[in-house]
Amino acid sequence: MKQMSATQLAAEPAMPARAAPIIHTEELTKVYPGSRLTAVDHLNLDVYVGEIFGLLGPNGAGKTTTAGILTTRVVPSSGRAFVGGIDVARHPALAKQLSGIVSQQNTLDRQLTVWENLYFHGRLFGMGRAASKETADRLLTQFQLEKWAKASVYALSGGMAQRLMVARAIFHRPAVLFLDEPTAGLDPQSRLALWSLLEELNKDGQTILLTTHYMEEADQLCDRVAIMDHGRILALDTPASLKGSIGGDTVVTVRAAGDLERLRQVLETEVEGVRQAQAVEGGVRLQVTSGKKVMREVVQAVGRHDFDLLDLSVAEPTLETVFITLTGRELRD
Amino acid sequence: MVLANTPVASDELGQQISVRLRPVLSASYQALGALLLRDLKVLWKDKWIFALRTVIQPFFLCFVFLYVFPKIGQGVGGRGPAGESAFATVLVPGVAGISIMFQGVQSIALNMAQEFGFTREIEDRVQAPCPIWLVAVEKVLSGAAQGVIAAALVLPIAAVVHAPGVHANLDLHWWIVLTLVPLACIAMSGLGLLLGTSFEPRNIGLMFGFIILPITFLGGTYYSWTTLAPVQVGGFHWLQVLVLLNPLIYVNEGMRAAFTSFPHMHLYVIYPVLACFAGALLALGLRNFRRRVLS
Repeated sequence: MKQMSATQLAAEPAMPARAAPIIHTEELTKVYPGSRLTAVDHLNLDVYVGEIFGLLGPNGAGKTTTAGILTTRVVPSSGRAFVGGIDVARHPALAKQLSGIVSQQNTLDRQLTVWENLYFHGRLFGMGRAASKETADRLLTQFQLEKWAKASVYALSGGMAQRLMVARAIFHRPAVLFLDEPTAGLDPQSRLALWSLLEELNKDGQTILLTTHYMEEADQLCDRVAIMDHGRILALDTPASLKGSIGGDTVVTVRAAGDLERLRQVLETEVEGVRQAQAVEGGVRLQVTSGKKVMREVVQAVGRHDFDLLDLSVAEPTLETVFITLTGRELRD
Repeated sequence: MVLANTPVASDELGQQISVRLRPVLSASYQALGALLLRDLKVLWKDKWIFALRTVIQPFFLCFVFLYVFPKIGQGVGGRGPAGESAFATVLVPGVAGISIMFQGVQSIALNMAQEFGFTREIEDRVQAPCPIWLVAVEKVLSGAAQGVIAAALVLPIAAVVHAPGVHANLDLHWWIVLTLVPLACIAMSGLGLLLGTSFEPRNIGLMFGFIILPITFLGGTYYSWTTLAPVQVGGFHWLQVLVLLNPLIYVNEGMRAAFTSFPHMHLYVIYPVLACFAGALLALGLRNFRRRVLS
């Protein structure tokens, strides 16, 4: 392990993206006191400069705990975590200089105006009066909040408050922007607006780590996604590779009444191109390659064996399919 | 400096940081300044509410005890202006004392319970690039400063609000004023920190009922500790001993020493015990704060 001084850290020019991880964890583990469950279980993770990285999983998967450790709010039980080369558990005050955080709840300062929320954040991170004023003005314009500069934060809608929290989090130019379930509770329009905002920031070089349980969010936004469950990473890749990894380019969901295990066997053997057949609640899910005739074959097979077909749907694989394939459960469990 | 020994995972990791890292000490110093500046800004915005909140309790205490009571012939301290004035001399420093305490409770405990509870603002505040304890210490400093202002606002009220002939014999001992008022303010802010980190917002009513009220009534606001000796059972001065557990008694006795020439508890008891209370309340408050913030 090499030791570096602050001036060395600051003076070196930025390396091209993907050269080395900006976030790095080694066997990171968290067991909350009084809990027998391991919230984060020997996690090894690398996130690179310039990425939008997503931690995808259901509630309780350990995403928020992982983000909490990286942002110094959760003390790891064992293992290590680095942000920008700084050990976050040993040097939390230093690591906080490198992180911008948008948490699940609205944490805006209710006693300050919209503009003041930004201005005092700059001062908090050591920026001078003039620089903080200038940055606050610029960010309000960039985030289309300038009309609300003097308003109380109580006047903001959910989407606007979220934008202001993002503006505040990137105010001090953090090495990593952390977002914990950024669009939970937002209306669809605000969600899309936030996605394009994050894409803009990322285009300008902002590294982003976000946690989410919306597969669309991970799929649309993230360069790479780690699918988490029970504190472990089950799969980690680009959304396209993850979806390609499950085998089959089509997902067929057959809803039927009767012995579903027998139906599963029937479909697996009698339908052409089935890569995997899984009994799910109320039916069977098939992963099929080149399933042009799959609809007809499924209907025929179901009819031949006297099952009552209730519903039949064909879709492309999603990250949800990947999650179900890996865990046998749905994301929203 | 801490940073010189900061371990980094690898060369490349360090090279990729485009953010200028500042040493923890100077970053903390600037963060503390910014937190205080923010509190000052909020205090200035709410200056009239702050002033009203601060003077309303002293005003009514003086109005009832020093104006109404003498007027209706139930003056405390014995009939006639002499006895009533003696009571006024006991009461006015006590009013300054509980004003300091209420400032600690209102500016820290109530705000903090709220910030931990439904506004969650504390989650942002502790992301400041400084150690977490400094965020709590800043609250204590800002609460203590408000306590000093409150004490300064209270004395003029006592000078004005009283019945004719009834007046407190104030006699300012400046070196005590300048040392004991800040110490009392820090101790009471420490109490505010401990309460604010111990009670959920929904239990604030309990806090007032079970903590604040006993502290107020058994804190020597309306009487001097030195005069409690007659309250005894079998020769044991039980009340005089019991109230020694109450930090407010030292604050109020200290105010008596600072603002009057009335007999009071020895200063060589007041200073060290109040300093110990301040230390203990701060330590417990900071421990609670850390537990609430970190998991």
